[in-house]
Amino acid sequence: MQTQNFKNPVVRWIDHRLPVFSFMHHELHEYPTPKNLNYLWNLGSLAGLALVTMIVTGIILAMHYTPHVDHAFESVERIMRDVNHGWLIRYIHMNGASFFFIVVFIHIFRGLYYGSYKAPRELLWILGVLILLLMMATAFMGYVLPWGQMSFWGATVITNLFSAIPFVGESIVVWLWGGFSVDNPTLSRFFALHYLMPFVITAVVILHIIALHRFGSNNPLGIDVNGKQDTIPFHPYYTSKDLFGAVVFLTIFASAVFFYPNFLGHPDNYIPANPLQTPAHIVPEWYFLPFYAILRAIPDKLGGVLFMFGAIAVLFILPWLDRSPVRSGRFRPIFKVFFWLLLADCVLLGWLGAKPAEGIYVVLSRLATAWYFFHFLIVLPVLSLVEKTRPLPQSISTSVLGGGALAGAASATKEKPDA
Amino acid sequence: MRKLNILTIGLSMMAGVVMSGSAAMAAGAGGTITERDWSFNGPFGHFDKASLQRGFQVYREVCAGCHGLDYIAFRNLSDLGYNEAEIKAIAAEYDVVDGPNEEGEMFTRAGIPADRFPNPYPNENAARAGNGGAYPPDLSLMVKARPNGANYLYSLMVGYKDAPEGTEVPDGMHYNDAYSGHMIAMPQPIYGDDITLAGDGDTSIEALSADVTTFLAWASEPEMESRKRTGIAAMLFLLVMCFVSYGSMRYVWSDVKK
Repeated sequence: MQTQNFKNPVVRWIDHRLPVFSFMHHELHEYPTPKNLNYLWNLGSLAGLALVTMIVTGIILAMHYTPHVDHAFESVERIMRDVNHGWLIRYIHMNGASFFFIVVFIHIFRGLYYGSYKAPRELLWILGVLILLLMMATAFMGYVLPWGQMSFWGATVITNLFSAIPFVGESIVVWLWGGFSVDNPTLSRFFALHYLMPFVITAVVILHIIALHRFGSNNPLGIDVNGKQDTIPFHPYYTSKDLFGAVVFLTIFASAVFFYPNFLGHPDNYIPANPLQTPAHIVPEWYFLPFYAILRAIPDKLGGVLFMFGAIAVLFILPWLDRSPVRSGRFRPIFKVFFWLLLADCVLLGWLGAKPAEGIYVVLSRLATAWYFFHFLIVLPVLSLVEKTRPLPQSISTSVLGGGALAGAASATKEKPDA
Repeated sequence: MRKLNILTIGLSMMAGVVMSGSAAMAAGAGGTITERDWSFNGPFGHFDKASLQRGFQVYREVCAGCHGLDYIAFRNLSDLGYNEAEIKAIAAEYDVVDGPNEEGEMFTRAGIPADRFPNPYPNENAARAGNGGAYPPDLSLMVKARPNGANYLYSLMVGYKDAPEGTEVPDGMHYNDAYSGHMIAMPQPIYGDDITLAGDGDTSIEALSADVTTFLAWASEPEMESRKRTGIAAMLFLLVMCFVSYGSMRYVWSDVKK
């Protein structure tokens, strides 16, 4: 990295010894970015915004929260009622989790559609899936902290999943709980870990961004950047676009926080945890519902757990399941259809996760689960071999200038490493 | 600028469907629920102070015999439109156990605005013993702790009926249209004309039930009015910022060849 000549002598003095300003200039200012990104490429920066929002509000909440079974519920109510603007901080944090997942889910499906997981971005994708896993663990533990009915029973159900592990399952569950049921030791450690995990996420996000900046963003055409004519500097073009996206996001987010703060929550969590009274339906937060549906679709406990984690595991190996040399779904007519089917399947699974595990819902859950794995394990590998893709444009700039005219006759590009 | 493509729309719809699915799950308690047009509904909602005061009176004279209001302090009553002197007077009507004093004894004193509403029972077992085994839940979060809270509570208050032909009502239970399963341990709390309201207020069962529901909606969300007011200001600011940031983006991008 070459250092910049900054005008400000103090900045220049520091930068000569510690090139942070050159680093920022290089990575946030001149960083060449494809000029044809659409609004779906805003979701990455929005996820970063959501993460920072969660950390800031979370630290403030931790200053007022008491991680003890006798005081947790009341301390949350004190935050809501007696801490100055405590309701605002808590509602931002509570809804922030949901919006973080909305943003990340859209971000992931964007990657799926445009083939952002393909070479040379496999590690970038894998780090992203790791972030999703960490987010799920963090969100799960965070939901336990208010110590309402759903906190307690959700924690009981999910921790009990580990008892499905052969031989050592029961011991692992006792070890996780720190006792023989979900109780004070469980709450304390969940609080400690819930505070820790976001910083682990931050570390992985930094790796995610380093991996991203190695080859730069993918783009809606899915073709490699050919040269300067295809890119624009990140600042001011994408900073201004990301700012606009952030304001739109905040507007939607604020309407939930201020007007419908409990829409995404469950009323039972405003009832203090009671180990002697099981709620009629134990449902996880909405962002876990597709996974919950997969868990319940399998008649065997261990099998359910394996398939649930398998649903994430297939994402880790996705770059090697889809071997088609064409990245973007725009040029893959059959893939495109299956993409939408997968999206519908995931929505269906989410809906089924909220339904009781009985009758037609069980049948549908099994079909939807089967389709999910069928898509990744069969459809994508087979499509890579048999699909006839549409011709790719020669470059981003010709496509951008020519209004989408498809130059060139070659139907598939070779994978050419960028650097 | 490229217009929103079909993928963007599809993904936002996905989020919408999943979210409305989880909201739908919250509805459907199994009873008959009357939907009412509450003053506190919607982004511009507010609490009707006269109704809050009437509802507070219903709580004191009817509900408070069995139900606690643990998270509400007397000082919070300023939200209902009472002034400091009135709040001090209301608090002083309650006996509060305090202590230990210098001799190590617990003692009873008159309430002060900083005290929370005293619980009618010293503990859960005492409450159960006094109510045939059923535990009257605390009311401070009741509207948030039930699906469709305000409508549900109102429907519960007015939902006591004679059991239909052939339905056996066990001893100590009561038939209620709104309650899930219809068998509720709580006897009908409001019949109409139970209490005397200042200035010939409407004491029909519907009016009193609506008033106490309004009061409990406030108890659940005392921050609601300032939350929604802040929200309106935030939305106006953000909408203006949407235009400003969109304009600046267009300006910045004007030299990029499309």
